[in-house]
Amino acid sequence: MTFTVSIQTQDFDVSQELSALRAGDARVGAVCSFLGTVRERNDGSSVASMELEHYPGMTEKSIAAMMEEAKQRFDIFAARVIHRVGLLQPEDQIVFVAVTSAHRGESFKACEFLMDYLKTQAPFWKKEVTPEGARWVDARVSDDQALARWGIEASNSVAP
Amino acid sequence: MNVNLKYFASIREAIGQGGETVRTQATTLNALRDELLARGGAYAEVLAPGRAVRTALNQDLCDGDAALSEGCEVAFFPPVTGG
Repeated sequence: MTFTVSIQTQDFDVSQELSALRAGDARVGAVCSFLGTVRERNDGSSVASMELEHYPGMTEKSIAAMMEEAKQRFDIFAARVIHRVGLLQPEDQIVFVAVTSAHRGESFKACEFLMDYLKTQAPFWKKEVTPEGARWVDARVSDDQALARWGIEASNSVAP
Repeated sequence: MNVNLKYFASIREAIGQGGETVRTQATTLNALRDELLARGGAYAEVLAPGRAVRTALNQDLCDGDAALSEGCEVAFFPPVTGG
């Protein structure tokens, strides 16, 4: 397995994904991963469920581009991104990013870079169901700032 | 020319459909947005200047200066919130 992305409604097994990512590659000495899950609270409200929408085609294209960027920037061997869409509940797994490298530094950095990039550049939208009703989640300025640390200007959360 | 429009999330909900094909005289994305604004109603509301609207041309993020071509795909959507 090298650089792959899956957008899916079904759940995934982190342990299996990590095994598959490094299988057959004895150069690997470090595997870093991030798992995002649905919180029961957001912006002061309790979240009963969440619906994730995306832009089929562009989603895969934008994540492939960000993996290509990560490959240029960091000395990494493989990466895996999984993002779920559809209806999710608190505690459900939403997003998974994993990277392999010879030493930990490169995969730690690449994993964080991929998540920062995904947050502001990949076309996903969350809609939460709360006691006050359903609402679209607002983009955060802090996510733009996170990507800026890598020298990439993002203006996802800002009106022109 | 004909342009394929796509709408997502809150913009899709407000407009009431996920996409449409339009004939346009516009040559840039901004000019196309102005044509849609001129329709009034939900279009004027969600695409109003100053609203945080992100745009993509043929599935790549772009700004309002992007040049349109026959059969291209233009998407309008709110700031992204995945991850």
